[in-house]
Amino acid sequence: MPDGATPVLDVKNLKTVFATRSGEVHAVNSVSFHLRPGELLGVVGESGSGKSVTMMSLLGLLPSPPADVREGSVMLGDRDILQMGAEDLRAVRGREVGFVFQDPMTSLNPVFTVGFQIMEPLRAHMGMTKAQARDRAVDLLELVGIPDARRRLDDYPHQFSGGMRQRVMIAIALACDPKVLIADEPTTALDVTIQAQILELVKELRKKLGMAIIWITHDLGVIAGIADRVMVMYGGQVVEQGPVREVFADPAHPYTRALLRTMPKLHGEREPKLRVIEGQPPILGRHPTACPFSARCAHSHDRCTRENPQRRDIGQGHDVACFWDHRGATA
Amino acid sequence: MFTFTMRRLLLAIPTLLFIALVIFLLLELSPGDPMADMPLTIPPEVRQQMRLALGLGEAWYVRFYSWLYLFSVVEPSHVMANMTGLEWLRVEGPRIISFQTRSPVADIVAQRLPQTLWVVGLSYIFGILLAVPIGIYSAYRQYSWFDQAGTFVSMVGFSLPTFFTGPLLMLIFSIWLGWFPIIYDTTLVVDSFYDFGLQLRQMAMPVFVLTLYNAAQITRFMRASMLDNMTQDYVRTARAKGMTEKVVVLVHVLRNSLIPVVTVIALGIPTVFTGAIITEQVFRVNGLGALLITAIYASDIPMVLTLSVVFAILIVLFNLIADILYAVLDPRIRYD
Repeated sequence: MPDGATPVLDVKNLKTVFATRSGEVHAVNSVSFHLRPGELLGVVGESGSGKSVTMMSLLGLLPSPPADVREGSVMLGDRDILQMGAEDLRAVRGREVGFVFQDPMTSLNPVFTVGFQIMEPLRAHMGMTKAQARDRAVDLLELVGIPDARRRLDDYPHQFSGGMRQRVMIAIALACDPKVLIADEPTTALDVTIQAQILELVKELRKKLGMAIIWITHDLGVIAGIADRVMVMYGGQVVEQGPVREVFADPAHPYTRALLRTMPKLHGEREPKLRVIEGQPPILGRHPTACPFSARCAHSHDRCTRENPQRRDIGQGHDVACFWDHRGATA
Repeated sequence: MFTFTMRRLLLAIPTLLFIALVIFLLLELSPGDPMADMPLTIPPEVRQQMRLALGLGEAWYVRFYSWLYLFSVVEPSHVMANMTGLEWLRVEGPRIISFQTRSPVADIVAQRLPQTLWVVGLSYIFGILLAVPIGIYSAYRQYSWFDQAGTFVSMVGFSLPTFFTGPLLMLIFSIWLGWFPIIYDTTLVVDSFYDFGLQLRQMAMPVFVLTLYNAAQITRFMRASMLDNMTQDYVRTARAKGMTEKVVVLVHVLRNSLIPVVTVIALGIPTVFTGAIITEQVFRVNGLGALLITAIYASDIPMVLTLSVVFAILIVLFNLIADILYAVLDPRIRYD
């Protein structure tokens, strides 16, 4: 570890493969990362880059078959989640790691009250009585900013708006005081003002409760606003990782650079068109023997199509998986 | 919900009146003569007198009105009086008389109903009790050998008509093996363990045939509904909360999957009363289905009309019950 603290979550060489009709799809390819206590790690990448699949692999939430978490280790403290039996795994889910999903409209069970759904993990993991769990559920709803919490416990999800439902999802994820909160594009399905409210809420909760957070998003602006560290994924691999300030100021991977360039600017010179990254994300059919980005990369050369670059350290906790020396190029 | 139910019940009255009128007029138009069974030696004048005595001389609207009055006032009063033993409930006067048997229609129905409820009702209950767990497990272990076998059996049970499976069972179990009687004996009075055994044996085959058919249908519904819900996002949420598989499947998924299945089951209950017409014929179960068929053959218009309207009432009623159950099970549905 670059700076001291033992990580709460340490993922090494995670490999997830999907069996499909047209062969295997390598959705997550030797992904390694760690999460320190109280840290907020942003994960960015376009659709299909393996962000969500990586996070779901951690807790065995992918349906198997077709998914197969084939290699690697996920250390939570000193225990490997991937080696756990069903019962231990359940004790981790919802207890030590909370999960917030993308679409709050479908992520809550429509036929049970919100109160029931918040109380479920409390009763299962914390051994609370019904009355205790109910009181705790009221506290949780108040914590995530739902007014009139006690009365709203008996409401059904359809009686809440999208933003309110996402608050409920966060309340469920936080119910048992987890060490780690994984938020899988929690604001993608919400409109911008609600998105801002949820971001504020998470910032505040983090200050109050101090758990480590993994925040998956498409939106680099969100990362810049809340994350300590950022991990950029492409084609099922981590292509660049480092402290937010480092990565934004000195992006080392051509993909990260391209991503940053696609962000429309509010100030300064106005550009005639929105910038895009030309080409398509790769199809992860074969075991990759080339850099997944080589087909779209401006700096691609022979070696990139023959060999998949390994992540190399470029200082200050910043690493990149690319042969190209960005400093040499920009200097 | 209460206003919704009241509104629907009130709306049911004109609907049922219209249904009764249509059935009545259809029977008016149908060929056939209730006197056709009488000996040819009866002189035409006497025949005419008998026809008038049955009320067939009146205009159709007079006959419809008197049937309607008897059906909605007199007959219910007798049924109530017989059920409760309160004689003062009884409205005196003429009854709806079956042309065939010359006895009140309500009394015959009361005689036949138990047979139908025992055989058809029991097989409906067995069907549900079998189908729900099989459907759940089939969906949970989709494409396992259990699911493959279950799907195959339910496809067979669903596609083979009861007039095929019935005689097939008779051939195997009555004729070759001699385990069960071919004909259902309605006159059997169960007052000893021995008679109870006989009753079980004679019920075995018709109940099995109908159970297979009902279970096949409901299993397919249950399985499809479970599969629909199994891949929903909220199931992933439940797993991410650390719920056991039992809770995930039997609480989260099942509760959602039951909504359409319960509706289908409720809508099917009237068929329990209408009796499995074909199966009752095959096994000679003297139930309501068999009663309706013989009444149609004999041009027994009062019987056919009364039975048909009773069935219509049951269907309208269970449609309403299905709608109410839907709202009870699914909090997103509110009628008011």
